[in-house]
Amino acid sequence: MRHLLDARDLTRADAVQVLDTAAEMAATQSREIKKLPTLRGRTVVNLFFEDSTRTRISFETAAKRLSADVINFSAKGSSVSKGESLKDTALTLQAMGADGIVIRHHASGAPHLLAHAGWVDAAVVNAGDGTHQHPTQALLDAFTIRRHLADRGVAGSGEGFDARRGVGKDLAGLKVAIVGDVLHSRVARSNVQLLTTLGAEVTLVAPPTLVPVGVGTWPCTVSYDLDATLAERPDAVMMLRVQRERMSAAGGGYFPSPLEYSRLYGLDQRRLATLAEHAVIMHPGPMNRGLEISAQAADAARSVVVEQVSNGVAVRMAVLYLTLAGSGTAAPVPTSKELA
Amino acid sequence: MAGAPMPEDAVTTVLGAPEIGRALTRIAHEILERNKGGDDVVLLGIPTRGLPLAHRLAERLAAVEPSLDAAHLVGELDITMYRDDLHRHPTRPIGTTTLPADGIDGKVVVLVDDVLFSGRTIRAALDAIKDLGRPRAVQLATLVDRGHRELPIRPDFVGKNLPTSLSERVAVLVEEIDGTDAVTITAGEARA
Repeated sequence: MRHLLDARDLTRADAVQVLDTAAEMAATQSREIKKLPTLRGRTVVNLFFEDSTRTRISFETAAKRLSADVINFSAKGSSVSKGESLKDTALTLQAMGADGIVIRHHASGAPHLLAHAGWVDAAVVNAGDGTHQHPTQALLDAFTIRRHLADRGVAGSGEGFDARRGVGKDLAGLKVAIVGDVLHSRVARSNVQLLTTLGAEVTLVAPPTLVPVGVGTWPCTVSYDLDATLAERPDAVMMLRVQRERMSAAGGGYFPSPLEYSRLYGLDQRRLATLAEHAVIMHPGPMNRGLEISAQAADAARSVVVEQVSNGVAVRMAVLYLTLAGSGTAAPVPTSKELA
Repeated sequence: MAGAPMPEDAVTTVLGAPEIGRALTRIAHEILERNKGGDDVVLLGIPTRGLPLAHRLAERLAAVEPSLDAAHLVGELDITMYRDDLHRHPTRPIGTTTLPADGIDGKVVVLVDDVLFSGRTIRAALDAIKDLGRPRAVQLATLVDRGHRELPIRPDFVGKNLPTSLSERVAVLVEEIDGTDAVTITAGEARA
């Protein structure tokens, strides 16, 4: 894997390999000594043009657990605020010898430009660009779903470390509902593509105003009625954050009022009770409690929101390993015993 | 075992299933002898082929000392993330590391690998063990020692010393993975 820019670039085999690598990384994170020497001497730059707490901290933790040197760069307080272009920033990082660049940018496509414009030799990992893609979030969601649900219907599994549950499997046959502000959500976009690649059936649920143009070409079904979708007993329900910073005041005309949104599309106590026994509740965070998700749902035993965060570190360790550890662009090969 | 001179790239079988079985039985006895029993012994197999060898050693230990339970003696130690040559090869898939239920603190860890060559795998294994716990002692068992060490590492238990030239390739085949038990030497291009 040379770069990770887009969830669509991953084949089913690629995605399963990332998830399996993440499972081994997760297993190392329950040890007393969590640090591995794998990326010693490599430099990872976190290039964040947009505010983020959990994604940046997650990438920083992942890189440090693999012994890479981490440089955090945020647009605020840097020369970007003086008007420096992406190209000049990239050339600066290249001159400093960055091996990997984790980029979040408000413009869709910025990571692609950085990876392919020839400015840098570093591996580029997309940590969210505009309303376009957030592939590591989709991978961590897929990892979380697999860990909880991939054993369903398969007899005799569930042995060994919890972190390794579902290794080697995809998500074939699982139903996932993604609910909320799909229009502004790169998480939804990446998840639809990745979860479908892995064999899951995805249903998007949103008010018509928050469904993007062209959704008909996405490999998923679209529903405007949350109760009808929940009646189909999805295995996982992913609530999306209502991105009010991307709307104008009071919902910006996307919905009449927060209360109405919450009544129609919020995961409240009544809807919580209708979920299947095994179903898990997910949220990419940060949560608007009381808007898209009620406190009861967020704190329910079946809510895996906090586990998503720790799985995020393991998945990002896997992505950094797969993009940075090897000798170049070649695909991974089966272990050969040449240095016995 | 063929006595006639072999052409280039010919495969010579140097150990067959009976010899491998005898070597493992002898190593099992040596492990018990050296450690005055098997009470604190933990066998860590290095994937891929060290692991089935570790399981076989554990069965032999348990056969000699009935107090031992073969299933609880063996762990699996993947050293991929500790290798010193990751940048020189395409990305390697990461294997599984599992320890016996009691861990390795205070135990005598016997590393089990198929071929001992440069010693770099064992160096990586020692680093990996350091992050997993603090064993009382670490010993090394290998089915084949082919020489050409690049580090000050020596085995404690050896199935067979096999003097080789650097251009030859040594392969260990095990029933569990390859369907047959054998140690073979292939003449080939010189290693860089």
